[in-house]
Amino acid sequence: MKIGTPKEVFEGERRVAMTPDSALQLQKLGHECVIEVGAGMASGFDDAAYAAAGVEVVKTAAALWKAADVVAKVRAPDDAEMKKLREGQTLISFFSPVADEAKMQAAAKKGATVVAMEMIPRISRAQKMDALSSMANIAGYRAVIEAGNNFGRFFTGQITAAGKVPPAKVLVIGAGVAGLAAIGTSTSLGAITLAFDVRPEVAEQVESMGAQFVYLDFEEEQQDGAVTGGYASVSSPEFREAQLAKFRELAPQVDIVICTALIPNREAPELWTADMVAAMKSGSVIVDLAAEKGGNCKQTVMDEKIVTENGVTIIGYTDFPSRMGTQASTLYSTNIRHLLTDLTPAKDGVINHNMEDDVIRGATIAHASEVTFPPPPPKINAIAQQKNKPAAPKVLTPEEKRAAETAAFKAQTKNQVILLGVGGALLLSVGLVAPASFMQHFIVFVLSIFIGFQVIWGVAHSLHTPLMAITNAISSIIILGALMQIGSGSALVVILAALSVFMCGINIFGGFLVTRRMLAMFQKS
Amino acid sequence: MEFGFTTAVYVVAAILFILSLGGLSGQESAKRAVWYGIVGMALAVAATLIGPGAGYWPLSILLIAGGGAIGYQLATRVQMTQMPELVAAMHSLVGLAAVFVGLIAHFEIGRVADFMADGGDIATLGTFAALIAKKTVVEINILRVELFLGVFIGAVTFTGSVIAYGKLAGRVSSAAEKLPGGHMLNASAAGISLLTLVWYFNTGSFLPLFIMTLAALFIGYHLIMGIGGADMPVVVSMLNSYSGWAAAAIGFSLGNDLLIVVGALVGSSGAILSYIMCKAMNRSFVSVILGGFGGPQGEQMAVEGEQIAIEAEGVAAALNEADSVIIIPGYGMAVAQAQTAVSELVKKLRAQGKNVRFAIHPVAGRLPGHMNVLLAEAKVPYDIVMEMDEINDDFPTTDVAIVIGSNDIVNPAAQDDPNSPIAGMPVLECWKAKQVFVSKRGQGTGYSGIENPLFFKENTRMFYGDAKASLDKLLPMID
Repeated sequence: MKIGTPKEVFEGERRVAMTPDSALQLQKLGHECVIEVGAGMASGFDDAAYAAAGVEVVKTAAALWKAADVVAKVRAPDDAEMKKLREGQTLISFFSPVADEAKMQAAAKKGATVVAMEMIPRISRAQKMDALSSMANIAGYRAVIEAGNNFGRFFTGQITAAGKVPPAKVLVIGAGVAGLAAIGTSTSLGAITLAFDVRPEVAEQVESMGAQFVYLDFEEEQQDGAVTGGYASVSSPEFREAQLAKFRELAPQVDIVICTALIPNREAPELWTADMVAAMKSGSVIVDLAAEKGGNCKQTVMDEKIVTENGVTIIGYTDFPSRMGTQASTLYSTNIRHLLTDLTPAKDGVINHNMEDDVIRGATIAHASEVTFPPPPPKINAIAQQKNKPAAPKVLTPEEKRAAETAAFKAQTKNQVILLGVGGALLLSVGLVAPASFMQHFIVFVLSIFIGFQVIWGVAHSLHTPLMAITNAISSIIILGALMQIGSGSALVVILAALSVFMCGINIFGGFLVTRRMLAMFQKS
Repeated sequence: MEFGFTTAVYVVAAILFILSLGGLSGQESAKRAVWYGIVGMALAVAATLIGPGAGYWPLSILLIAGGGAIGYQLATRVQMTQMPELVAAMHSLVGLAAVFVGLIAHFEIGRVADFMADGGDIATLGTFAALIAKKTVVEINILRVELFLGVFIGAVTFTGSVIAYGKLAGRVSSAAEKLPGGHMLNASAAGISLLTLVWYFNTGSFLPLFIMTLAALFIGYHLIMGIGGADMPVVVSMLNSYSGWAAAAIGFSLGNDLLIVVGALVGSSGAILSYIMCKAMNRSFVSVILGGFGGPQGEQMAVEGEQIAIEAEGVAAALNEADSVIIIPGYGMAVAQAQTAVSELVKKLRAQGKNVRFAIHPVAGRLPGHMNVLLAEAKVPYDIVMEMDEINDDFPTTDVAIVIGSNDIVNPAAQDDPNSPIAGMPVLECWKAKQVFVSKRGQGTGYSGIENPLFFKENTRMFYGDAKASLDKLLPMID
């Protein structure tokens, strides 16, 4: 099959869906690759590099759309591109089935197959194709960089000869992929980073990235993120109030706010209200990654940077990934390549569009002249349901601890006394019936067991095998019995005794030697 | 006492044996401890040859030398991976010797009784017979019970050890197998033994003793046949214990204190080992002996996700980057004879200044302490080989955990799933490490047939293939 990538027609879009590296990988799957002239220029991949990777470079978009069996691109096709889409062709790109419903219908009518990158299910197997995540990662990074660009101070605190610089305080709202990337970038630049998310289970991830999780004083059973496929859901009004109160408290302290809170298929929730913006220090920066969906801050203007009256910069860009074209293209083209790997299971250059596969089924929105959106729910849950964590172990007060210790001591004493009592009684009862000669031996026996227990508990675990070998050797002490008997009695006795002596001889030598051999091997470093 | 000298030597020997076992508390003192044992044994045998066992002593020495030569051959040739088999085989010899000695005691009682009835002179009897001749009727009866017990335990030990040897050496299927009738057969054989004891006690004839011997042989065979491969550590230490008790019982019947002391030492040693092993599997001794894992108590948690394979390159890259590594060996490492490759890997990693350690679960392998011996053979220094309790808390701060041929001892279901058959068993919490590699032959479940959620965890990668081959592939990539 021929995989083709046209030049992105969207104004300002720098990304490209195929890089020379990904083209090489695609060719390994048995595909041929074709690209439009200048498609990779904005991301730093020139045509010569593509040609060197064995990619056919065609002059016009029309020629490319004609030649390719599979068209892989970044942005959803515009009207002109929709016209070029033909029957039997597969289109892989970002394609919102809700916003671009008409285009989806049109593509289905034409008999083309459309695979929408944002519809890739969030299951662990599909992570390698999850372009939303890889783009969000870039957006999170870039958001911090843009903020730094518009922020007049250092991120990290310093004490210099010219005075003390306090560290910047960054608040990241929403700890999804973008949020976590922002946290990572911000902490590595040295800022004090706070992070908030409505899903309490991400607190651990936040803290692992070096940020402090902002906990609310709020007692409500939060809905488990696992139910919604790892995305946040709408929270109750009471919860929202508690959350806003906390933000209001933080607003005067923080220098930079990165908003990343999105709820799937809904307008972005307003989390950073006008009064919070007003409360912020002059020179502070807000980066609103939710700008495309209306923004977490209602003052955000999409695709623009504004400065409020009190000197707070609000950045509403929506093209963060495109601003890092080379990185974004590398990751996106890898996502595409992984998807094509799954679509080409036999690695023979033949696309097998398997609609039974959860991932492929979920991402395909038009196939075989039919609209295949929305997909049926996936067979496996994205994330295993969180079990209700058991309550934290109660911290014992010193009194309780002492009481527990005394109780344990008492129980131990009781145990020992009972054991001694029973043992003593048994001994006495045996003594009552058994003759004295037996009792002599019996006392020796009991004492030996006692010594044995005392001694063996001290044996190192690592020496258990040598212990077995050596006990084996010394249990051949039974040879004494055979030696005493061998000289007395009939031929049968002599034979049996001789056999016993012989076997014990094997055991004694074998046991001791092998123990020695083993012990000699134990070495200190 | 005519053999005052012998008794004195026995006391010395007994003390030496106790010191010998006590010396095993540390690797360095253990090297001295073996010598205590050897000297103790030499003293005991020499004193017996000079004193009470004076008859036929050239024959005895010849036999000991012959046996010694075979023992020497065995001990020097055996592979360390075959230690479990060797130990089991040796137990069977002790068991058989106990049976023989017990039977001889029985013959002697009969002979002496006839002799005394004929009015013979005690002085002309052999040393052992003379001892019997002096006993009263009550003492003779007690003697019978003692030798009966000695033969019984000896016989169980003998067949049990032979089967254990067969299972460990792979000559008998290691799966748990029972004859139809199951534990009823064992119970009835034990019942027969009890009946024959009463019979023997009253009549003193050979027949009940013989029947009991057969029953005991059967019990030993059937009991061990019903226990599966992973429970072998318990079985072997239990047989170890039995061989001790058999020696003690024989000691009673011969009136020999040294035998009693040593038998009791060995018996309690084996019992403690069994206890430690059972504790490490969170199972009661009875349930191990009665065979097999108990059925699950309810629906087991379904395992979600998939097993993700990885090639040697990926493992090498992760290892080259890691600062701390913990290796968890299991029986699979012994089977693949991979211990030298593992040691090689550790040497390379340590040369780069990485913190490499081993985590040993008490029941890893087929013998208590089996893994320690294998690693020692491969020249892994023992101070980086840790017990479970020492190292379990370190996993969260570890970069890479490598699981080589172990399964149930790293199964998180033991902690997470109350319905799992191994619920509550202490396990090595390797999944808390940042990354886990599992070297494993294929996708199957382990001995117990329990699905292992570890293999499906997000930070787990499966490094499929024979452990030794995989490691050999990995070694050149570590720089």
